[in-house]
Amino acid sequence: MAHNDQDRQDDRLVIAGRDFGSRLIMGTGGAPSMRVLQEALTASGTELTTVAMRRVDPAARGSVLEVLEACGIAVLPNTAGCFTAGEAVLTAKLAREALGTDWVKLEVIADEHTLLPDPIELVEAAEQLVDDGFTVLPYTNDDPVLARRLEQIGCAAVMPLGSPIGSGLGIRNPHNIELIVERAGVPVILDAGLGTASDAALAMELGCDAVLLATAVTRAQSPARMAAAMRHAVEAGRLARLAGRIPKRRYAQASSPWEGVSTG
Amino acid sequence: MQVIVNGRPQELPEGASVAEVVATVTTAASGVAAAVNDEVVRRGAWTTTTLRDADRLEVLTAVQGG
Repeated sequence: MAHNDQDRQDDRLVIAGRDFGSRLIMGTGGAPSMRVLQEALTASGTELTTVAMRRVDPAARGSVLEVLEACGIAVLPNTAGCFTAGEAVLTAKLAREALGTDWVKLEVIADEHTLLPDPIELVEAAEQLVDDGFTVLPYTNDDPVLARRLEQIGCAAVMPLGSPIGSGLGIRNPHNIELIVERAGVPVILDAGLGTASDAALAMELGCDAVLLATAVTRAQSPARMAAAMRHAVEAGRLARLAGRIPKRRYAQASSPWEGVSTG
Repeated sequence: MQVIVNGRPQELPEGASVAEVVATVTTAASGVAAAVNDEVVRRGAWTTTTLRDADRLEVLTAVQGG
């Protein structure tokens, strides 16, 4: 077996004692149809995928839960759309009741314009949910101090944004992501803002344990093709991180030997 | 009595249960959760939990997102 194949089998993502073969966590928002969503999820190789909790629409056709079940993908409910700790905690409890999972992607946003996390409400909600036995995966700012606070509270992972949700701006502060990775004792999952495959590879090269993305795939011109690209990018970035990149140099370093050059 | 079901006022007979009202919104056998006045009502308690005037009932399910 080739080195990289062996690496891939041995190198599994572990969150709160549960292990995953794929380091790509997908979201389901933005796909134009359930069929397109299913094709994209299959192409991504993901084993864990987010859904939102909303009021039942009696006119709705097709269920995202049926798609996930058909693909054999575990569901990760989120608290998207919540602005306060109270709203987020109630949404998480409803998700636990509806879906039978105590895992939650905790999202508490400050405003509809930026969709940036509200750190005060986020910490408050995380404390309550951890106390209530939830496995909390908080969507957070790219702030190393806040990430550490969330870990100390007992969150099972930290999920810093690369840039605002759905913006496709990539990772705007790679230095902060590196600082979060260096100091973290729980998995770091780059969540939000990725636009294309190189962004996902960069996240993994910076040392993130996984990537969570939705829009970059679901709103691509060919979602299934972009999902496959993301799958390969996450694997490539992870392998590169494990391999250890060369240091950057100011000047060239010859890769062919100087000895025996015939023009001397 | 009047109960707010998913944000909309509804006239309901006295003593209506959570189970009866949820059944008017969805027939899904799973994947649905309900809360009355911001407190989750476990599925096993839907038939025995009766609603009162001015209660707020929320019935949620999973949709595409995140």
